[in-house]
Amino acid sequence: MTLLQSLLSPIGRSTLGLMATVGRISSYAFATVSHIFRPPFYLKELGQQILFIGYFSLPVVGLTALFTGGALALQIYAGGSRFNAESAVPSIVAIGMVRELGPVLGGLMVAGRVAASIAAELGTMKVTEQIDALVTLSTHPLKYLTVPRVVAATLTMPILAGIGDVIGIFGGYLVGTTRLGFNSAAYISNTIDFLQSWDVTSGLIKAAVFGFIVAMMGCYHGMNSGRGAQGVGKATTNAVVGASVLILTSNYILTELFFTS
Amino acid sequence: MTTPMIQFQDVHKSFGNNHVLRGVNLDVMKGESMVIIGGSGTGKSVLIKLVLGLLPITSGKILVDGHDTTKDERDAFLARFGMLFQGGALFDSLPVWKNVAFRLLRGSLKRPKDEARAIAIEKLRRVGLKERVADLYPAELSGGMQKRVGLARAIAAEPEIIFFDEPTTGLDPIMSGVINELVREIVVEMGATAMTITHDMSSVRAIADRVAMIHEGVVQWQGPVGDLDNSGDPYLDQFINARAEGPIEAVR
Repeated sequence: MTLLQSLLSPIGRSTLGLMATVGRISSYAFATVSHIFRPPFYLKELGQQILFIGYFSLPVVGLTALFTGGALALQIYAGGSRFNAESAVPSIVAIGMVRELGPVLGGLMVAGRVAASIAAELGTMKVTEQIDALVTLSTHPLKYLTVPRVVAATLTMPILAGIGDVIGIFGGYLVGTTRLGFNSAAYISNTIDFLQSWDVTSGLIKAAVFGFIVAMMGCYHGMNSGRGAQGVGKATTNAVVGASVLILTSNYILTELFFTS
Repeated sequence: MTTPMIQFQDVHKSFGNNHVLRGVNLDVMKGESMVIIGGSGTGKSVLIKLVLGLLPITSGKILVDGHDTTKDERDAFLARFGMLFQGGALFDSLPVWKNVAFRLLRGSLKRPKDEARAIAIEKLRRVGLKERVADLYPAELSGGMQKRVGLARAIAAEPEIIFFDEPTTGLDPIMSGVINELVREIVVEMGATAMTITHDMSSVRAIADRVAMIHEGVVQWQGPVGDLDNSGDPYLDQFINARAEGPIEAVR
């Protein structure tokens, strides 16, 4: 093997490995989507997942949004003062929260909480043969475990992002009115006047996509977990890292689609 | 001639370059309790997973009641089986009774909830567990109780064929004896065909009608349990007498 070959072959191997993983995840995603519309439907499991993914993620998403909105107001005020544009704080906080920070930070926080938890749970089920047991009990693991989680995350993530948007804007309002000297009524009116429905809708669509990604990565890595504690640990890490990277990548692609045409 | 309930025809299974099964030929007759023995890592559990379709066969054929396992309708096919997993494989998130009645709460065998619970409690009683256990979660049970719950789950839907994967692993000798007796009683009273994977010789003698030994990926020896001690097969002799010296290498 020449020196050039030995330098290039690891890159080739990694690229092939990455492509194979992308192919496997895509095929898993297609299979999941196709099962969403075919009976049997496990509605009780769906309800439990909506509670776990949606309701129990509210504190973490709410706190993240509250402090992000506040910090955003401070930054925009400080930056805007260079151009005498301090009055733009309410509108930029609102647009920044609903278009970008609400869905993206919410998605990342849910990725940390939910993708990790799903991967660890399903990974443990795999290594303790619970997934095999499901099959022997005539229950399709994809339908019983993956579909409820993916549907629940896709449905609840926009709601979480919407609540995060409101709390984030409220964080900006609190900082604006208590620390930056804004009039309360003027702040609210500036926020409402400049915000358009597409700003909100685009953010909610993004959140739905991020929810799908989070649950899909958690389920895929959990179901394909290696053996033992190390295998489950690796699956959990891969789920969180994979979901976070995919959220940021898809956020850019969606922003291009929504706002550059 | 009677058709065997389970028939392995030249079954091969490889994981990459690791050729675990290299041409297994074995018949398990209806109502028979077949015990598969062999060293660790010889592919005993793989045999069961191949029958159930949990792993794909590399080559060869497995017939159940004369039908190719890969061609039967999945749900109807799996409804004929019950399985006790080595570690119990109970669902942590469900209480014991829902584990036992899992199959009766959904799918083609679905029953009303009250009826499913009543059946679960009856099956728990059958394996020696009291009704109060029904509402506990698997994590609250001892290893022996988890095995019993796994056993109750395996028999809940009255299957024709039951697989037991290492039913006594990790249990003390008394509890092992109890589980062995239960397995034997249940198989006899249900008239089910049973296939048990074990390397516990007390289980073999308590459960088996016939025994097959897997070594180097093939059936090294098979015969009635009564012939175990005078088989004349050096591999089987070494295994059942737990000798370090013999044709089977101690380090694999």
